Amino acid sequence: MSDRIFGVVGLLLAMAYAWSALIIEESFLSDAVGPKAFPLIIAGVLALASIAIFLKPDAEPHWPQLGRLLEIAAAIAVMIAYALALPEIGFVIATAVAASYLTWRLGTTPLGSLATGTLTSLGIYAVFHLILGLSLARGPLGF
Amino acid sequence: MDTLSSLADGFAIALTWQNLLLALLGCFLGTIMGALPGLGPSNGVAILIPLAFTLGLGATPSLILLTSVYYGAMYGGRISSILLNIPGDEPAMMTCLDGYPMAQQGRAGEALSLSGVASFVGAFLATWGLILLAPQLVKIALLFGPAEYFALFTLAFATLGGVSSTNQAKTAFAAALGLGLAMVGVDTQTGVPRFTYGEVHLYDGIDFLVAIVGLFALSEVFIFLEHRHGSADAESRKIVIGRLMPSFALLRQCTPTMLRTSFLGFLAGVLPGAGASLGSFISYSMEKKLVDKEGTFGTGDPRGVAAPEAGNNAAAGGALVPMLALGVPGSGTTAVLLAVLLALNITPGPLLFAQQPDVVWGLIAALFIANFMLLAMNIPMIGLFTRVLMVPPRILMPVVAMVSFVGIYGISGSSFDLLVMIGFGLMGWVLRKLDVPLVPVILGTLLGNAMESNMRRAITIDNGNWLTLIDSPLSIALWSLAVIGFVLPMVFGKVLKGRMKMAKDEEGAVTD
Repeated sequence: MSDRIFGVVGLLLAMAYAWSALIIEESFLSDAVGPKAFPLIIAGVLALASIAIFLKPDAEPHWPQLGRLLEIAAAIAVMIAYALALPEIGFVIATAVAASYLTWRLGTTPLGSLATGTLTSLGIYAVFHLILGLSLARGPLGF
Repeated sequence: MDTLSSLADGFAIALTWQNLLLALLGCFLGTIMGALPGLGPSNGVAILIPLAFTLGLGATPSLILLTSVYYGAMYGGRISSILLNIPGDEPAMMTCLDGYPMAQQGRAGEALSLSGVASFVGAFLATWGLILLAPQLVKIALLFGPAEYFALFTLAFATLGGVSSTNQAKTAFAAALGLGLAMVGVDTQTGVPRFTYGEVHLYDGIDFLVAIVGLFALSEVFIFLEHRHGSADAESRKIVIGRLMPSFALLRQCTPTMLRTSFLGFLAGVLPGAGASLGSFISYSMEKKLVDKEGTFGTGDPRGVAAPEAGNNAAAGGALVPMLALGVPGSGTTAVLLAVLLALNITPGPLLFAQQPDVVWGLIAALFIANFMLLAMNIPMIGLFTRVLMVPPRILMPVVAMVSFVGIYGISGSSFDLLVMIGFGLMGWVLRKLDVPLVPVILGTLLGNAMESNMRRAITIDNGNWLTLIDSPLSIALWSLAVIGFVLPMVFGKVLKGRMKMAKDEEGAVTD
């Protein structure tokens, strides 16, 4: 079933891609092929592959339980929040929070994960910023 | 003689204190990354690319660092195979078969050092193979015009799924997806924006480093989150290392095996679509047929440890031949190394040998240096690396995730790229669940623009005649190979994959 859905999604993607390719505005100065042809070929391959996947699906993959899916969704949410917060609150705090969250969800005790997260953050800051001189996000506190 | 003097020049470039230090660092990090289950050579190199890049290292030093990581990871993969019966990466799968039984018999130290020597022999001979073969391939490659290059790219994609691929439709899907992503941004030939939907950040395209780190490293984090209660917590087992040095008699017994399998592995590495996993697989099978008279393979035969290790390290060296000489990688990790070259503004291919010989020969010299360092490191320091295996993934994976973020943020300093990377991580996870290979996606994003511009150049030269793509004997040959390479796995793929997976069923979609 998963592969059938995957095939349909792939086909829709191919169609959307082909349509996006067709509405590319061509410049008045163009080579013999133009900017549309290759994307259209790609859309064709994408569509054919999707049809083949739809017609001949593999065995069902092992999907995780709903709880695990929510787990991944939550991790993604934390990562997005991290990406957005990075320039606002600075590298060390943001990283400590995100790393603590991840190691907590991977099964460390709450207190232990707080310590691990903080150490991870400080360790990366020390190695990458202080030793290697990489510029990391600066928050209002300067780190 | 010409080759030898070029090589000497290469050593002159590589033998500076800074470069030696970088090689040492790369070997060390690479071995650790190879040893940790879930972090293969592709992942390892991918995470470190942004680092080398943002450190402002020059072309040759960055290459030395990253190829040392590559070779180191190939060495390291065997450690967890032997000690834990979990392959550190896919090519090390075959090493489990005899390595783990040896460890159970209390001969872990011997197995580790023997496989270290085998890795060295394989990689050392393969580096010589690279020196001899790559310049010959360059001569052929100089005959290539744009039409032939287009055919060559197609060949690379058609064979990328490899002989062991089970579902070619999914490989094709992945390749098209990667190529499609490469099209995003301003068209280089006419200057019109494509697939940008008005988003300014997309005008200069999707950075392939962002795609690679997201697809490989972040998707690995998601896989671990999914399996938290399963394999994520490494059991702390008591491992008896035993004596460290293999006896002289044992080395002599294994020497013919190592020489044969190095040759075979190198060939598997050079051929498109074979790669290191297949290299170690055929090496093991051949040795089993040739020397296993008493049926000891699979029960802890030292030759069964030496064969796949020599094979997969030789294949790793062999895979560099098409990557350097043609600019078309044949495996996942060499695709990542190609990304390194492109990020450094070096275009591999025949002209690289003519125009930037210092890069090529410096790199080759670095491979030799890395190889000796790894041998020296892997035998006495093996205890240290085994201790690294005890770091539980619940602490390790967040570190991997955070280092990925740091690397990408270091390049661009924009949150937008981080969001794109998270998107790629999610995509990588879904694709891996659906058993879609990730390497073609990467290769597609890397080569998409070059492939398109070669096609357009060929057709424009011939006044818009599309048939020019199949006009010369060379391109017809390449196209036929591509078709054969694509169709063949549909017939043989299932059988081969079944045999390779007899010991373990792994979830990894990251080959090599």
